[in-house]
Amino acid sequence: MSVPAALWTQALSDALPKGKAMDSAAPERLHVEDLHAYFGRVHAVRGLSIGFATHRITAIIGPSGCGKSTLLRCLNRMHEVVPGAWMEGRVLFDGRDIYASDVDPVAVRRRIGMVFQRPNPFPTMSIYDNVAAGLRLVGFRDRRALDGIVERSLREAALWDEVKDVLGKPGTSLSGGQQQRLCIARALAVQPEVLLMDEPASALDPASTLKIEELAKTLRATLTIVIVTHNMQQAARVSDSTAFMLAGELIEFGPTAEIFTRPKEKRTEDYITGRFG
Amino acid sequence: MSFHFRTGSRAGALLPPPAPYRPRRWADGAFRSLLTAFGLSVILLVAWIAVDLVGAALPAIRRFGPAFLWTSRWDPVHGIFGALPFVYGTVASSILALAIGVPISLGVAIFLAEISPGRASVVLSFMVELLAAIPSVILGLWGIFVLAPWVRTSVEPALSAAFGWLPLFRGPAYGIGLLAAGLVLGIMVIPIISSVSRDVLRAVPQEQREAMYALGATRWEVIRHAVLPYGRAGIIGAVILGFGRAFGETMAVTMVIGNRPQIVPSLFQPAYTIAAALANEFSEATSDLHLSALVEMALVLFAVSLLINAAARWLVSRVMRA
Amino acid sequence: MRAPAAATERRRRIVDRVMTGLTLGAILVAVLPLASVLGYVVLQGASALNWAFFTHLPAPVGEAGGGMANAMAGTLTLIGLAACVGVPVGVLGGLFLAEAGGGPWGWWIRFTADVLNGIPSIVIGVFVYTLVVVPMKRFSALAGGLALGIIMIPLVMRTTEEMVRLVPLAIREASLALGIPWWVTTLRITLRTATAGVITGVMLAVARIGGETAPLLFTAFNNQFWQSRLDQPIASLTVQLYNYAIAPYDDWHRQAWAGALVLMAITLILNVAARVAGRQRVAGGR
Repeated sequence: MSVPAALWTQALSDALPKGKAMDSAAPERLHVEDLHAYFGRVHAVRGLSIGFATHRITAIIGPSGCGKSTLLRCLNRMHEVVPGAWMEGRVLFDGRDIYASDVDPVAVRRRIGMVFQRPNPFPTMSIYDNVAAGLRLVGFRDRRALDGIVERSLREAALWDEVKDVLGKPGTSLSGGQQQRLCIARALAVQPEVLLMDEPASALDPASTLKIEELAKTLRATLTIVIVTHNMQQAARVSDSTAFMLAGELIEFGPTAEIFTRPKEKRTEDYITGRFG
Repeated sequence: MSFHFRTGSRAGALLPPPAPYRPRRWADGAFRSLLTAFGLSVILLVAWIAVDLVGAALPAIRRFGPAFLWTSRWDPVHGIFGALPFVYGTVASSILALAIGVPISLGVAIFLAEISPGRASVVLSFMVELLAAIPSVILGLWGIFVLAPWVRTSVEPALSAAFGWLPLFRGPAYGIGLLAAGLVLGIMVIPIISSVSRDVLRAVPQEQREAMYALGATRWEVIRHAVLPYGRAGIIGAVILGFGRAFGETMAVTMVIGNRPQIVPSLFQPAYTIAAALANEFSEATSDLHLSALVEMALVLFAVSLLINAAARWLVSRVMRA
Repeated sequence: MRAPAAATERRRRIVDRVMTGLTLGAILVAVLPLASVLGYVVLQGASALNWAFFTHLPAPVGEAGGGMANAMAGTLTLIGLAACVGVPVGVLGGLFLAEAGGGPWGWWIRFTADVLNGIPSIVIGVFVYTLVVVPMKRFSALAGGLALGIIMIPLVMRTTEEMVRLVPLAIREASLALGIPWWVTTLRITLRTATAGVITGVMLAVARIGGETAPLLFTAFNNQFWQSRLDQPIASLTVQLYNYAIAPYDDWHRQAWAGALVLMAITLILNVAARVAGRQRVAGGR
């Protein structure tokens, strides 16, 4: 892996979208203050503070085990689902701490949605039922409105044309890439305002990966997106800002173009040029 | 600001937003409590059974004390109850069942775990499990009309001719009796002893076998010197579980054991077990004391089954966990 | 190094072959009674089965003919009653063990369920007798159903726990991440995904209690007639079989074999169906 650093950064900067001005005045949807996350005694995220801008895509990169998935899961209160997991710190969503004692995690998760690494459609449900699950299971009954929402969500996930005639087939009958888009449609159906994506394309083939990346860029217009990825080219292609994490700490955070061409920290540069990780 | 639905800010959204969804925070806790209650109900049930049995047996316990277990006179007419004949019958038939069932079960377990190829193993395991699925009353039916006559005409004469000088094999050949009961029970314990033993043997780490093979041992020597000793505790647990199955068994036993409360050394003679006595006398108990004495015997069954289960599970888990 | 003597080598090989042969013999000896029982049940039972068996009531003592229609209906009734107790407690208890059974409580519940499983079924009958029959002052279908239900509980609990545990964590997380509350996730997603397996467990439990006789002997007792009231004694296939088998009449013996054939057939079908369904799920799932 001894690609000269200059060639490497050239390749990355070629991947960046051209002519995009970084809107540094964009308001922050989510703001993390001094977050510490633990699994029992293991200190997975250490004193991390970061802000995620509205209608922007923020990528989180870093070597395996650096805590990026843990950080992501703290943003929609999925971290506490694991037995023995706990955290300290604040996560402010539009100014309000989602970990305040009077806040219901269930309500948080409806506004901050998540897409997982491996596609996980519900195996006993059809495509239609999968997309509608988030609404139906909490009591939403109106069939016509559901039809509309399912169609809209599948269109937003760029899956409608492929499945519109087979909505009754099982969710698991689709290919891997289609299943992941189904999961995205399912997450979109409950109309979240933030979408968290945990390495959404790592289990997919390159063609599907590109589709997912295109999707993320389209959704940017209406959502705030945070994407965890171990694929640096993906981060460079897709995101507006990038955060680099190492061993639970935030090493550097800034506009993607700067991170990949003129990183300020040596560790960031080492990671980007492939010296480790 | 509250955490409920807001309309999406999607461009071109023409559909009305879903109604505000207010999650109920108490529902999760309530459901968890419900599940916990149902889970704990099992403990409550077993405790209730214990208390109930003790309560119903109390009159007999007070009247006869511990001597109940070693007095041999069972006389409903005069109100004198001693459980020794039934205890003897239960223990004797169970030991006989183990004597017959354990060697066969071990052979089956060794064959299935160590010797037979994968596919045959699956089919044969299934057949042995099928043996466990046969209802006890059908085994009893078969016992009366097939096994007992065979025992009377073939087995007992043969034993009598060869070993008739032993008190165990003395006397006329009835067919129905302790020997037939032991045979039927032996058949019934095979599935459980062999399946638990097979699991125990399968859990023996491969390195143990390989170490023995590397020394140049034959397959049987590997089994005998490496596998069996390692799994010994678990196999003993399996045997104990089999014992538990045998002494609580009711229908098949009462149909072939003869139901005569007596203590005689010969295996050809009829006998009586606790479970069989309960089956036959319970619905026709003549007095409260009679009933109480019967419940006391049921209490003995309950207590012994509890001990057996605890001991067996502990032994088996020691091998499986390690 | 001295090579071992050829005689020792030969002896060891012979011992190995003999022992292998013995274990093979053990299998054959174990399977022999199975074949014998099934064979006799099929042969003797088939010759005694006729239409009257399924539709008629038992004939009075000494008369030929008659059937076990009420006994079969009675067994179905008892199984239905048992399921009312056994399925809710077993499934919900199994759910508890799968979702929240990691701690010490879970260990004690599993242990107690094992103990309950190991209690001889006649002792359960004694318990229900003191609990239900004595206060009601009569034998009843309710008592019999309760006894069978208690026997069902540990079986259903164990299989439910296993099947629910098999549902992948990813499915539950997907549901939680959608903002679906935990209790809805557990019932509508987790349990629903495990439904086929849970039903398999219930089928196996039903097969087991369908063949139980001892706990019915002094709870449901027996009945020579049709029965629709739940607070009266009720006939059952197993008890009727037992009574016929130990009676001195040849005609009744023949009917006992016929009843055995019916009982065996149902038990086998349930067992095989449950296993086939179980295997399909594992193969076809992920």
